[in-house]
Amino acid sequence: MVIDSALVQVTLLSLYVSGVATIIGSAIGIPLGALIGLSEFGGKSVVKTITYTLYGFPPVLAGLFVYYLFSRSGAFGFLGILFTPTAMILAETLLVIPLVTGITITSVSEVDKSVKDTVRSMGASHRQGVLTVMREAWVGLVMAAMIGFGRVIAEVGAAYLVGGNIEGETRVLTTAIMLETRMGHFGWAMALGGVLLAVALSVFLFLRLLQEKEML
Amino acid sequence: MRAKIELEGINKRFGDVVAVRDVSLSVNEGEVFGILGPSGAGKSTLLKLVDLLEAPDSGSIKVDGKRVDARSGAACETRKHIGMVLQKPVVLNRSVWNNLAFPLRLRGWNEDKIEEKVESELRKLGLHERRGKNARTLSGGEMQRLCFARATIHDPSILLLDEFAANLDPANVVLLENQVRRYMSEKGERTVMIVTHNLFQAKRMCDRIALMWNGDIIEVADRERFFGDPVDQRTSAFVKGELVY
Repeated sequence: MVIDSALVQVTLLSLYVSGVATIIGSAIGIPLGALIGLSEFGGKSVVKTITYTLYGFPPVLAGLFVYYLFSRSGAFGFLGILFTPTAMILAETLLVIPLVTGITITSVSEVDKSVKDTVRSMGASHRQGVLTVMREAWVGLVMAAMIGFGRVIAEVGAAYLVGGNIEGETRVLTTAIMLETRMGHFGWAMALGGVLLAVALSVFLFLRLLQEKEML
Repeated sequence: MRAKIELEGINKRFGDVVAVRDVSLSVNEGEVFGILGPSGAGKSTLLKLVDLLEAPDSGSIKVDGKRVDARSGAACETRKHIGMVLQKPVVLNRSVWNNLAFPLRLRGWNEDKIEEKVESELRKLGLHERRGKNARTLSGGEMQRLCFARATIHDPSILLLDEFAANLDPANVVLLENQVRRYMSEKGERTVMIVTHNLFQAKRMCDRIALMWNGDIIEVADRERFFGDPVDQRTSAFVKGELVY
């Protein structure tokens, strides 16, 4: 019973941290990607290259960065959020933003020029045009959120570094799997792995259904 | 007659390609003006310049006597009085009903007024039964008729048609041409510009016609003279179907 409640707690915390990081990362990355993808400015190709390159940003470095800023001697140490889910969300948001931004850039860029011209020809302002093109790129935008979530739900380095894997506080499925494996509890590690897989697939299925929904 | 659209010394290049070369043209209020010419002559670019979707490299565009810069905020306001239909029907990924409501929402109409207008248009279009379906499920002809209705639902004073019936069967061509005639007959001050390479359509629809060739306007004449007694030899060859390009 104790184990069951711990499993539920770890699973819910995984969903909470990854879910909130995906939501915040998408709330920043989608508008940013749309702005970059639909505007013409000098250095656009450099900005795109940097964004795409950041897909490979190592999670442990995101963790290190957040650790450095929020450790006791860091610039924001006074906030006291290190080894809390908030710090984990911050680190994971850093991983989501480049992915979501990059996929959004690609998605809105791929909306046919005739659609963009038609929307403008109907008298849409720049803002109205951007919002309409984003809606046309809906499938790609949901895909961006899916890939962002997929990255952080499976991530262990940043979560471990800034969360500390504290039982009942910051332990999530991935860090729990790592701990159980180290302790030689392979059966438990495998069971936790099954839960992680089920959680990830359920969220992906939900997003996939959202993606397939007929737009009316 | 009052000039509705005035182009003066318009030039437009895309890289090394000259799309429009020193074009000056005046289209009057109340007329259907045709632009004929072979593919690649610059007709569609010219129409996009008039719709302020492209900015000319040089020259000026006046709509209702006012000079408008395609890059300025005023261009968006001017476009609100223009409707445009492209060769390939472009429907938004939403219902037939919401496609028609879209330009009205852009203009801030209230929902009651939108509902009344959209319902009435859907009945005229014969698409009322399918109003709740995604517009992408319509046939090509239905999509193009929807695009036409969407371009005119907000009562624009200028309508720009770019090969608007080029890919359609004869029945849909007739339906669309009738939509143009109805649009013109509803109010006297409306103006239509049609880009086409279909001589018969130009003969059926246009009051005046220009022939465009390699980015230049080489002749502008009223319909009778354009087809019966053209001045330029290239126009003469084009209307006889003898122009080799």
